[in-house]
Amino acid sequence: MRPAHDYAQRGGLRQVWRCAQRTNDRNNLLTLSFSSSKMQSLSSSYAATVSVPRHSFPLSRGTLAPSNLCFCGLRRQAFAPASLHRLHSRRRSHFSAVSAALSDNGTAPKSFDYDLLIIGAGVGGHGAALHAVEKGLKTAIVEGDVVGGTCVNRGCVPSKALLAVSGRMRELRNDHHLKSLGLQVSAAGYDRQAVADHANNLASKIRGNLTNSMKALGVDILTGFGTILGPQKVKVGSSNNVVTAKDIIIATGSVPFVPKGIEVDGKTVITSDHALKLEIVPDWIAIVGSGYIGLEFSDVYTALGSEVTFVEALDQLMPGFDPEISKLAQRVLINPRNIDYHTGVFASKITPARDGKPVTIELIDAKTKEHKDTLEVDAALIATGRAPFTQGLGLENIDVVTQRGFVPVDERLRVTDSNGNLVPHLYCIGDANGKMMLAHAASAQGISVVEQVTGRDHVLNHLSIPAACFTHPEISMVGLTEPQAREKGEKEEFEVSVAKTSFKANTKALAENEGEGLAKLIYRPDNGEILGVHIFGLHAADLIHEASNAIALGTRIQLFNIDENLSSHVNFQHCSATPQDIKFAVHAHPTLSEVLDELFKSAKIMVWQDEVQAPQVPDTIKMVMQSSPVQLGSNFQVFM
Amino acid sequence: MASPFLPATITVRPTNSITLSSAATLTGRRLHLTAAPPRHRRGRPSLSVKSKIREIFMPALSSTMTEGKIVSWVKSEGDVLSKGDSVVVVESDKADMDVETFYDGILAAIVVAEGQTAPVGAPIGLLADTQAEVAEARAKAAAAANSPASDPAPATSPPPVSDDPPAPPRKVVATPFAKKLAKQHKVDVGSVVGTGPHGRVTPADVEKAAGISPLAPTKTASASPASPSSPVAASPPVPGSSDVTFTTMQSAVAKNMMESLSVPTFRVGYPVTTDALDALYERVKPKGVTMTAILAKAAAMALVQHPVVNASCKDGKNFAYNSNINVAVAVAINGGLITPVLQDADKALEKARAKQLQPHEYNSGTFTLSNLGMFGVDRFDAILPPGQGAIMAVGASKPTVLADKDGFFSVKNKMLVNVTADHRIIYGADLAAFLQTFSKIVENPESLTL
Repeated sequence: MRPAHDYAQRGGLRQVWRCAQRTNDRNNLLTLSFSSSKMQSLSSSYAATVSVPRHSFPLSRGTLAPSNLCFCGLRRQAFAPASLHRLHSRRRSHFSAVSAALSDNGTAPKSFDYDLLIIGAGVGGHGAALHAVEKGLKTAIVEGDVVGGTCVNRGCVPSKALLAVSGRMRELRNDHHLKSLGLQVSAAGYDRQAVADHANNLASKIRGNLTNSMKALGVDILTGFGTILGPQKVKVGSSNNVVTAKDIIIATGSVPFVPKGIEVDGKTVITSDHALKLEIVPDWIAIVGSGYIGLEFSDVYTALGSEVTFVEALDQLMPGFDPEISKLAQRVLINPRNIDYHTGVFASKITPARDGKPVTIELIDAKTKEHKDTLEVDAALIATGRAPFTQGLGLENIDVVTQRGFVPVDERLRVTDSNGNLVPHLYCIGDANGKMMLAHAASAQGISVVEQVTGRDHVLNHLSIPAACFTHPEISMVGLTEPQAREKGEKEEFEVSVAKTSFKANTKALAENEGEGLAKLIYRPDNGEILGVHIFGLHAADLIHEASNAIALGTRIQLFNIDENLSSHVNFQHCSATPQDIKFAVHAHPTLSEVLDELFKSAKIMVWQDEVQAPQVPDTIKMVMQSSPVQLGSNFQVFM
Repeated sequence: MASPFLPATITVRPTNSITLSSAATLTGRRLHLTAAPPRHRRGRPSLSVKSKIREIFMPALSSTMTEGKIVSWVKSEGDVLSKGDSVVVVESDKADMDVETFYDGILAAIVVAEGQTAPVGAPIGLLADTQAEVAEARAKAAAAANSPASDPAPATSPPPVSDDPPAPPRKVVATPFAKKLAKQHKVDVGSVVGTGPHGRVTPADVEKAAGISPLAPTKTASASPASPSSPVAASPPVPGSSDVTFTTMQSAVAKNMMESLSVPTFRVGYPVTTDALDALYERVKPKGVTMTAILAKAAAMALVQHPVVNASCKDGKNFAYNSNINVAVAVAINGGLITPVLQDADKALEKARAKQLQPHEYNSGTFTLSNLGMFGVDRFDAILPPGQGAIMAVGASKPTVLADKDGFFSVKNKMLVNVTADHRIIYGADLAAFLQTFSKIVENPESLTL
């Protein structure tokens, strides 16, 4: 389970929308009606892009020229002059582009079965396939298991179904919270099988959406495991079905990583694959690993009445999160719940329950390797991360040696062989390359590769890719953590500042009685660059995108375009706020997004002192900058 | 059941506070830390502070906090502190808080290092008045460190629970929630018999050991989707009623009340004429002094003369005279009841408003005053809080027709006080004498304002 935004669903629906437009397929229209609000927003945004080709916006950024701007996929996607009928209009022109490229590279223009072959129909492969079709490539996708891969079948998607249930259970059982809202609810219960079915149904629905969207667009789905036989040549399945393609993308994903000494029986010692089926809700479950996967499952299990014991090899729970966020998250997500934990220990041996004995977990000290404790629990969930699934891929046929199973790639996701040379026409995206093991990262990488094979250089900025953990409340992040940013700042000699806002000051959060939360901005005070944003609080996973898009677009927190001819008495009006200044963006009131609004406004950007006097900041903004979060709420109403 | 008490006491420094309604300040971001002189363990009540070395206690930063973790010491050993300085950052179950010193002095020794945890009320550092005392304080800290901190020592090994007798005494397995509950209710998990699978200690076992009724089952039956599961209740619910689970505070009150049943108590009532007291009250009322505070002071002064009433018997085998007279005052708060303690309440009672609460160790009250007079209650009967010798229940003062020894009638304000005491240590005559003294003090209240 990866904490990805439900990219699959988004992509799937978009495609369903398109093919519904084209084919008037009855079933697809039915699917549409399920999420009419979503479709409406989609359609309206489409309409906007069609009617107003916004060339002016991307142009105005030229003056800023932040380094990462031209590399970012999101921006292109958002502002390319897209249209509903681009599929038809584009296809022909890009075919010519492909053939031109073919004749350019010197190889004999021998005919290929496909322009692009993708091995693995997970979210990464799906994203690549859709973009490839959009670019006019003849595309096939090879799938040895089920369409949708880990995310849709054994990861993000079913886990969201379980977390939706756990969130509601938690609310319904929180007497204090309900009482404070004036609600009375008698004992809430659940039916395990029905919960499990919900998760399973969601997965099959999304899987269906994905499959249909690819079929409708003419992507050939080849069933069987793909094995690379040589350059541009792939065998599909055990038959002698050999397919050639001009470019090949490896998108084979990952499987749960099980450390040695741990015996997984699928019943009492399980991985996320099994846990998502929710075949049992044990009274007491040990979760080995307190990363995203472990955390999300602890949220599910404790909401369903289990007690949880975390086993974490590092000294801190929730490693990988910003330390401040993980500390707060621990106070909210761990300490008040029926959870205890052992840190700094390895689970060296885990034996499943058998012969009337419980599951036993041998704990050894992570440093000294001395035996520390033995746990006896009802079940153990192994959430120690994921290992790339690259076995049997035939990488040896093209002289590629994996590194701990990962396929080595360069920054453009091109596969490198054992000598460090690029393997022509071969790319690897997603978990298999280990760059960023997130579903939406895989998809973005796939789009990046398609951009490259269709003749546009493209480097994906991984620092703009958000991540989220869907606990209650959620955790989300993009960019660097504070320690990472400080380290970078020290190395590259720039100052790093941190701004924080609390959900306690947010009207919407308080209306929900969910004031627990923190948003944290890590930025460069000298130029307003956003280095990282971390949010813990209600709907944090949805809130992070303002920040991640800002990073992707190269938007600064604030950058005064100071006209050098200005007199020393600089008035605020003369310092034109450029569209890149996120600080001046307006947020609807009252919404949770105001947490970020306040966050950006509370950032203090250095002002030039010698040449020009500091630009004046309007009083209202000053007020926000200076007031403490508690006072903020009332101040806010002053100018709302 | 007149007055249930919670051991979680909020201590109010006697020197500058008699207002008891300051629980709200606890929610503030910053909290003053007060350092109290080390108490004399034995001997007669001592009214003077001798040592200038003060212990800095782990403050109670929230009503549910039982222990705190030292996040960081803002000051280091040897630093000179002035009142209001941030000294230490403490992490409670809710938040990190800067804790300020309430005294000038020198941070002589840090007893609990960064990253370590100490129960609320445990000394975490020593504050010396002068440089000369720093060495003494350090020696003290070192001595304290050497003597092993009270080991909980699971003395009673759990009775053999496993079905295979030859097995060696197996280690106690307790679930995370069971451990949490055990800590909360101060139950030694090692002494609880586990009834869960494989002999494990379950939350229900701990609750049973703690003598509280189990909480509503957290895990609802999930087997049959058809039956709209109605939880099996012991008695048929009254229509329209709703079950309310005890809050932590309520369950603590309930637990204390059950404990009090094991103490043989008796009650002695006494009428007290209050005309003079009422006059005094009218005088000091504008200064923010409450009647309860005056009565607490009067009780404290009487206790000085009758130390046995201020004694406490914890185990039924011996009893202890308490050197300090700490009058706990029962205060009803929303959804619960707490007993802030007027520490050394016999000492000077200044009229100053309360400045800061001093978070203090639990059960520091040695005598409790419960006043329901303001509601017009004429007499009532209080339950003795565990660990204390006596509790005084004060009714309303009412005009009463009295005949004096010469046969003249007069109307005087009279109030009935009723003291409940532990008969193991306090006998009827002791209580009667105490009440007589109390009555004299109240009837001649000039001494109260000294």
